Amino acid sequence: MGTLSFEKVGLTYTGTDRSVRALEGFDLSVASGESVAIIGPSGCGKSTALLAASGLLQPTAGRVLVDGMSVTGPRLKTALILQDFGLLPWKTVYHNAALGLEIRGIGATEIRQRAMMSLARVGLADFTDAFPGELSGGMRQRLAVARALALDADLLLMDEPLSALDALTREDLQALLLDIWLQAGHTSVLVTHSIEEAVFLGRRIVVLTPRPGRVAAVVDNPGMGEAGYRASSVFYEQCVKLRAILAEEGALQAPVSVGGAL
Amino acid sequence: MKGGWGHKLTGYAGASVVLLIGWQLLSLAVDSAALPGPVPAISEFARVFFPELLPHLGVSLWRVVASMVLGTVLAVPLGLAIGRSHRLDAVAAPMIFLTYPVPKVVFLPVLLVLLGLGNASKIALITLIVFFQILVTARDAARSIPSASVLSVRSLGAGRMDVARHVIFPAALPDIFTALRIGSGTAVAVLFLTESIAGNQGLGYYIVDAWGRIDYAGMFAGILGMALLGVVLYEALEMLESRMCRWTHVVR
Ligand SMILES: Nc1ncnc2c1ncn2[C@@H]1O[C@H](COP(=O)(O)OP(=O)(O)OP(=O)(O)O)[C@@H](O)[C@H]1O
Ligand SMILES: [Mg+2]
Repeated sequence: MGTLSFEKVGLTYTGTDRSVRALEGFDLSVASGESVAIIGPSGCGKSTALLAASGLLQPTAGRVLVDGMSVTGPRLKTALILQDFGLLPWKTVYHNAALGLEIRGIGATEIRQRAMMSLARVGLADFTDAFPGELSGGMRQRLAVARALALDADLLLMDEPLSALDALTREDLQALLLDIWLQAGHTSVLVTHSIEEAVFLGRRIVVLTPRPGRVAAVVDNPGMGEAGYRASSVFYEQCVKLRAILAEEGALQAPVSVGGAL
Repeated sequence: MKGGWGHKLTGYAGASVVLLIGWQLLSLAVDSAALPGPVPAISEFARVFFPELLPHLGVSLWRVVASMVLGTVLAVPLGLAIGRSHRLDAVAAPMIFLTYPVPKVVFLPVLLVLLGLGNASKIALITLIVFFQILVTARDAARSIPSASVLSVRSLGAGRMDVARHVIFPAALPDIFTALRIGSGTAVAVLFLTESIAGNQGLGYYIVDAWGRIDYAGMFAGILGMALLGVVLYEALEMLESRMCRWTHVVR
């Protein structure tokens, strides 16, 4: 469950004085339980694609399907984590984690149980009464993950969830995301700007063209999830390969010699 | 929290001492019965407080609190709705821009004719003034809410009412409280005006009546009562705010 497919999706934003074609002919299928990383130049429509998958935006052409059904609005078993975490500063850690369950009208005892379990899972059990403003960046990101976890979703959509974090915290959270995925087996779609992150978390890596976004290339990454993958030579080679493809797509500003130093 | 209160009390005590000294010096310099020094003024205030002042203070407090509650309850939902809806805003914004700068106090005579000299006309005028201040604040606050907050909550399946309850209202609350605190000063000022012009109840009436009788001690006791009203109102709002907006005190 939690299969996702984009069928020739086009999405044009119509503003007051001009319109922007964010996606055009975007085709992608994500199987149940698969983990896909999406990478591409800035402004190519990655966030737009995730918003369409979550039901917050309607495509202007083509269809987005989850479990074979056209997505017309937010779906109970889809969780979305946004670039800036989407936490509410006026709610405590506990109430942020429980928010999705509250909105779904779930009973109080079950909310308590599921929220506490997911907070414990991300290591925030001792901070339930704190406000997001009292947390470090890494802890806030953990909270956003906990909120998604509490929903028990079968489709997890993440828009650059770790881009605001420093390198060490980021690796830590990448490991947490991988762990959760290996355990829970949900379908995962991760948008990222980081080549290493894409190779670490994507069993398939999808490279988009500059705007309007389409699939430019797909890199299979079967080693993802293996113990010690990050330190392996395969990991390194996959990064080099991905970097070369991105350079070809013009996603890297400075010209990069293929196979050059990382 | 305890330390905070102690700190606050020390601050108030210090400020009071400075103000009392300034008042004493000023009354010495002016040397007029209309501006008594703190010692005679406060002892007169204490003497008339229960027998004379308290009923008027009660009437004034009721008028200003009723008006502020009414104005806020009417303005907040409307302002938030206007701020979040382009269609509503297109209709309402021009009306607000045209009517907001008009000084509402000039309608006092009209209200007196229509609603009489009692509570209704006074409450109506203060409500009107508070309403506009809160309306504009709520609208602006609602407009500046980051769309990411709204999107993330909508992605959890939130409908319009959920978004209003979990995002729009709490996000706008600190701004609304700021407007209320500033508005409380205006409200008390307008209260004085309305009470001094018409009726025979309230601190404004008491002050102007004592003035007419050349009872300067009584007049000044009334003025102190009005000052107390303003301070109590402001402090009450601040306490309410720190309870309802606890999160604003922790944001780094
Ligand atoms: N609400 C909007 N209204 C109008 N245009 C928009 C809107 N949101 C995005 N766009 C435009 O659509 C294009 C794609 O935006 P999108 O946010 O999907 O890009 P992105 O790939 O996520 O970029 P980044 O990597 O910088 O986050 C951009 O050119 C952007 O300017
Ligand atoms: Mg983006």
